[in-house]
Amino acid sequence: MRFYSKIICLIVVSVLFVSGCGKKPEQQNKLVVWHWLNDRKDALDQLAEKYTEQTGIEVEFKLFFPPDIYAQKVIAAARAGNLPDIFGILAEKLTIASFVQAGHIPNLLPYMNADYGRWKNSFYPQTLDVVSFQENNTYGAPAGIYGVPIDTAIMQFVYNKALFKKSGIDPDTPPTTINEFINYANVIRKDSHVYGFTCGWGESWMLNCLVTEWAINVMGEEKFLKTISGEIPYTDEEWIEVFSLFEKLRRSGILAPNVTALYNKESEDSFARGKAAFSFNGSWSVNVYRQLNPSLDYAFFPLPAVSTKHPVKVWGGGGSSFMVNAKSPRKEKAINFLKWITAQQQQKFLAKETNNLPAIRLSKEDLPEMLQTTIDDLGKSTHPNVWPHNEDSRVIEALNKGLQQVVMGIKTAQQIAKEIQEVNIRVSK
Amino acid sequence: MYYQTKKIIFLLVLHTFLISVALSCIGPFIWMINTSLQTETEFSDSHGLKRAESFNLSNYKKVLVDKKLWVYFLNSLFYTFITVTLIVFISSLAAYAFSRLDFPFKNTIFLMFLTAMMIPLPAGFVPVYVLLNKLGLVNRVGYVLAMTNMGLSLSIYLLKTFFDTLPRDLEDAAHIDGCNKLQIWWNVGLPLTAPALAVVIVFNALNVWNEFVLASLMFTEDALMPLQVGLMEIYNRNIIQHTLVMAALTIAAVPIIILYLRMQKQFIKGLTAGAVFG
Amino acid sequence: MTEYTTNNRFSSFSFIIPALVIFAVFYLYPFFYSFALSLYEGDGISTMRFVGLNNYKTALCLDREWWRSMYNGAFITFLALTLQNILAFALALGVNKTVRTNKIYCTVFFILPVLSEIIIGLLMREILKSDPGVFNQILGKIGLGGFASNWLEGEKTALLTTALVHCWRGFGWAFVIILAGLQTIPEQLYEAARIDGANAWHKFTKITIPLLMPVLSLVFILTILGTMQVFTMILALTRGAGGLTEVPVMRIYNHLRGGRLIGYACTEGVVLGVILIAVSFVTLYISKQMRKHYGVLPN
Repeated sequence: MRFYSKIICLIVVSVLFVSGCGKKPEQQNKLVVWHWLNDRKDALDQLAEKYTEQTGIEVEFKLFFPPDIYAQKVIAAARAGNLPDIFGILAEKLTIASFVQAGHIPNLLPYMNADYGRWKNSFYPQTLDVVSFQENNTYGAPAGIYGVPIDTAIMQFVYNKALFKKSGIDPDTPPTTINEFINYANVIRKDSHVYGFTCGWGESWMLNCLVTEWAINVMGEEKFLKTISGEIPYTDEEWIEVFSLFEKLRRSGILAPNVTALYNKESEDSFARGKAAFSFNGSWSVNVYRQLNPSLDYAFFPLPAVSTKHPVKVWGGGGSSFMVNAKSPRKEKAINFLKWITAQQQQKFLAKETNNLPAIRLSKEDLPEMLQTTIDDLGKSTHPNVWPHNEDSRVIEALNKGLQQVVMGIKTAQQIAKEIQEVNIRVSK
Repeated sequence: MYYQTKKIIFLLVLHTFLISVALSCIGPFIWMINTSLQTETEFSDSHGLKRAESFNLSNYKKVLVDKKLWVYFLNSLFYTFITVTLIVFISSLAAYAFSRLDFPFKNTIFLMFLTAMMIPLPAGFVPVYVLLNKLGLVNRVGYVLAMTNMGLSLSIYLLKTFFDTLPRDLEDAAHIDGCNKLQIWWNVGLPLTAPALAVVIVFNALNVWNEFVLASLMFTEDALMPLQVGLMEIYNRNIIQHTLVMAALTIAAVPIIILYLRMQKQFIKGLTAGAVFG
Repeated sequence: MTEYTTNNRFSSFSFIIPALVIFAVFYLYPFFYSFALSLYEGDGISTMRFVGLNNYKTALCLDREWWRSMYNGAFITFLALTLQNILAFALALGVNKTVRTNKIYCTVFFILPVLSEIIIGLLMREILKSDPGVFNQILGKIGLGGFASNWLEGEKTALLTTALVHCWRGFGWAFVIILAGLQTIPEQLYEAARIDGANAWHKFTKITIPLLMPVLSLVFILTILGTMQVFTMILALTRGAGGLTEVPVMRIYNHLRGGRLIGYACTEGVVLGVILIAVSFVTLYISKQMRKHYGVLPN
């Protein structure tokens, strides 16, 4: 058996070698944050350094790519019970509720309310709504605030002012209705040989934001929510009207080629290079456009309306939020850090460095220039996390895929309405 | 004369066919390298279709000065090396046993491995990750073991069929000389399967080198990540820098191409020697 | 030769212990764990609800998109089995005839399998995208501008493009293996056949094909395995293109991502697994029968 022992030795040695860099002992004075915000990485790292200088507590921001994997990673870590001190959850509200129910994230309401609610009142209420649960909610989580928003985002349309001027359109009057929007896009498309509209519809949530906004505009928020709670089917006339808007977009010829295969990054790239008149994007894109093309002349506007019956709502309020690990021995320290990062000075710094909307109320001159008017739209924002119900993810999947197929010209609005409703019936049992 | 012309025409047609397919293989590869040598402005003008004029190496510099990427790179080398070594030993031991020795449930167990070879782990890596956590193995050891498992079944299958084709004379002689089974495996079996091992090595090295989902799911420390994660990181920066991405892709492809070129002779020999005759 | 004592059999068994341990821990356990999860609903973070075989009912009877992804997977596999392997076979036959350039071709054709799926996916995406349309421009330059198309998201083209990219990436493997097989066929056999007056076609069907049967069956199995597991390439190439190019493994991956559908994702995994086992055993069985039928075994 001499040879056998040789082999075993070999294996043991290699295993020892492999495990050479084992786990470092846990450090009491170090907070670990998992995040997915690649565009804000540098600013966050700088803040971490500053925090260490001020308090002696080390903070490490760990960035994970891509967001798909990040989302899975957090959920897998929750199942396995090794979440970091601070993390963000990239998932629907029902999943956040699960984190709460399993005791992974603490209710921050007591901290928020301390000192006559000073911390809580500093935020835009919309940003907190996204991470809060109301009394008797349908998600089954106890009421409370479970996350700390560090910024805010609103979905907006953007347009290229320079291309507007070139076609003789007043660059300060963006279109307000969908017909105007299509007309402008078509005129510019022909004049400047660019695409009318580009968007990262390969990432289906971008489509989902837009269809939600139009649906609320066409049928009103109440009816929209009734669809989600199952009282109104997706085959309703007004839903078909909403879906057929995408048919209309396709027929108008303003869509960039491959629009349903584009990553958002790719559409940002082509808009920033002046290859498209319009795009639909989040407020975070200011940072991206600035990096891609500092001289880009553009502006934001809310949704081009379809109907005047109901007010326009924009998707927004929810930015990036961080949760605290309830089981971490450094829970209090983590909460203190989040308090610090949402204080005036740090929020100003983040707004300036990353060109994002802050989570707390700042005076307008502290906001990124491009977004000083956009912040007014926060008042008419809506977000799935503030609705009483969430749509089942399988229905959303069917909806997004259906819309992609409508945009590709494979299916009609009626067909996808029927298919979405089929899935809806199937999952609502 | 007639035959000569016919032959020349035949060869002409043949080589045109072969060369055109070969071009389609190298084409994108050359496009990748060419793009990596361009500047971002050059790229946005010609999309890599024109020859890189400046022969600009700054993209490579940018990738290579990143210390983190070097760590990733060394990690990848390390994971590939250890995993492949483990697979070679473990699978050849098992394959030898399946082919030559007798023990209870031999066929059942072999069938089990065969089945495992056929199907990807349902629902992927999440159960593996949860398991590694329970075992306290969210580190290099866990990753190497999980990756070893992924290559094991096919390797056992390939080696077993290869052992089946080998004559037993040498082993019998060794047995008469008083070698035990393990010594026979080590002194006779292993050297004889060298060509088949080349196939196993190349196949598994490719798998490990290119793996990225499990690694990015389980690792949290930069010090443990393999190169593919670094590639994803470069690709997912908020601005796409095509030329930089292509430089990184080129760098990531080089080691594995070198390995293949080094092993090619053995590899082809292994295949030719009937390593893969099922 | 060997004495069958208990001790002896145990020491024989110990040869497979390392393999068995790793296999049991890293394959069997996760396998049964997934199977157990497939009977539940929920996200696995808080408590999950037992739903019995409900998920299976959905996957098997109700979920059209799942079967669509199965169809897509089958389509790509079919093209890989036919087109890719015929191409590989033709190339191998051709290269086998050229003695001097043999090695160069072996190297060149194997470049693509060496590159990772992600690299191939990203690379081809950059080339095939309509904007800037590198591939379409090339088509225009060589006078085939009429064939320019919306490669990544056309109803007719998306799946075909995906399948072709996959075949193109994968043929190197089949090529190397078939070529190796061809080179083991003794030249004398062809000599003898030539003397008997056999033409090229006869030699091909009566010697080459039968002798290559074992190699071909291995190529078939590897093709099926390789194709059914592909998804990062497709993810990088088209992101699924509205379900047009979604394959089963990709769908499972997507369902795992949100976390809420983990039970269902496991169900899909088990269904796919069972189908793959069935397909592979049928392939193995057929190849065995074929070999028996031809009665020629190289060993």
